[in-house]
Amino acid sequence: MAYSDKVIDHYEHPRNVGSFARDEEGVATGMVGAPACGDVMKLQIKVGAGGVIEDAKFKTYGCGSAIASSSLVTEWVKGKTLDEAAGIRNTQIAEELALPPVKIHCSILAEDAIKAAIADYRKKYGEGEDPAKKAAD
Amino acid sequence: MNDRKMPIYLDYSATTPVDPRVAEKMIPWLAEHFGNPASRSHAYGWEAEEAVENARAEVAKLVNCDPKEIVWTSGATESNNLAIKGAAHFYAAKGKHIVTVKTEHKAVLDTVRELERVGFEATYLDPEPSGLVDPAKFEAALRPDTIVASVMLVNNEIGVIQPIGKLGEICRAKGVIFHVDSAQATGKVPIDLATLKVDLMSFSAHKTYGPKGIGALYVRRKPRVRLEAQMHGGGHEKGLRSGTLPTHQIVGMGEAFRLARLEMATENERIRMLRDRLLAGVKGMEEVYVNGDLEQRVPHNLNVSFNFVEGESLIMGMKELAVSSGSACTSASLEPSYVLRALGRNDELAHSSIRFTIGRWTTEADIDFAVKLIHERIGKLREMSPLWEMYKEGIDLNTVQWAAH
Repeated sequence: MAYSDKVIDHYEHPRNVGSFARDEEGVATGMVGAPACGDVMKLQIKVGAGGVIEDAKFKTYGCGSAIASSSLVTEWVKGKTLDEAAGIRNTQIAEELALPPVKIHCSILAEDAIKAAIADYRKKYGEGEDPAKKAAD
Repeated sequence: MNDRKMPIYLDYSATTPVDPRVAEKMIPWLAEHFGNPASRSHAYGWEAEEAVENARAEVAKLVNCDPKEIVWTSGATESNNLAIKGAAHFYAAKGKHIVTVKTEHKAVLDTVRELERVGFEATYLDPEPSGLVDPAKFEAALRPDTIVASVMLVNNEIGVIQPIGKLGEICRAKGVIFHVDSAQATGKVPIDLATLKVDLMSFSAHKTYGPKGIGALYVRRKPRVRLEAQMHGGGHEKGLRSGTLPTHQIVGMGEAFRLARLEMATENERIRMLRDRLLAGVKGMEEVYVNGDLEQRVPHNLNVSFNFVEGESLIMGMKELAVSSGSACTSASLEPSYVLRALGRNDELAHSSIRFTIGRWTTEADIDFAVKLIHERIGKLREMSPLWEMYKEGIDLNTVQWAAH
């Protein structure tokens, strides 16, 4: 498979690989995909003051473009509010990485991972308010 | 292209380089001795015909048959087509059932599918988890109207050696034409067609250090096996395969098979030593599984699944090695290896498999480099794998509700 330089760069130097501590405040997790299909993405976001995503980490089992797609979205979600992050579309990911048509499903999975992480956050903490403030209430 | 360092080649089952000794023998048959072996009226044709017949004798010698039983084709795919379609159509009045195995090469499976489309019936046998065919199950699959059975000698993905001796006896006793695809077997396992009850056998040159684009089909004369030709024209090869014979390719295949006969025993010992070195190098790692039987197997092949790491990303991670994977992502179909699936391997392990195939120019240094690289890159990819993390936390992945997509 001939990949774009951007995919290879993200694959060889993945950004933000890892996991947050389980009990860390403001952390939410989205896990999508299935081992049987050949890709599983785990995206974690850490939401800070004003519902802004302060940090993100990922772990991905999958092909090069799955790893690159998840690495890219950890960069993109940082500094965005939950609503802004929810607006990231798979087509933007596919375009940025110049994914071949057969790998478009990797970008869809990355979009799903963002949505799953946001949904997990809202389930845990409510509608994207400042977790610190919420804790003080 | 020139300044790019090529990876270490560990994909000898995909193809082999032409041995320089073979290439040297081929060259005079291009510009200098260019005659058509079918030209009966002058010396250009005579010398080409002689070269073709010498090569035919070399191919026959490697597998211990009569040179008259060898038909030239363009390769094993064509041989498989000619054998299976040719026999099925010739014997169609006797029956319409064909038996083969799910782990056969696509050149056999797709040919049988095509015959199903035109009205034949087929049984695709499951191999054992070792990849081997159980002769009792094979026998049970034969019906009174079975006319052809096709089982490969050496599997291209996992290198296991099928018990074709036993399967041949069963077929002969039941009057079933037995075809064997030996594309991956020549020069790796001894083949004795004088004792084997095989009726048709396919060969390829380029898996045995010969050129691409040339192969052969063995067609038994005693008892005589009949085929319907698939390529019509000038009646070459006794009408079984029309088309001008490519003298240089044929000479190349003859020389490659001659070298295989002379060097096979010592070469296989050396390759077994290298394979064992590679196996020892990866065996100590956690969650590594060898695919296919290790005993009934050619020494050239090691197919391993590195659990929790996806095959294509592994291949990208090991770009200094030229290997292939059973992962979906390396194929256009997005399906993981059908061979590993047929062994009962789950999808994850099929997605995580790498095939290393060793050959004539593999060195100890290549293997040591590969082992070091595998350890380093598997470690890095597992650090990145959520499945590895869950496994390390003691979570049984089979109990997780995955959202299939």
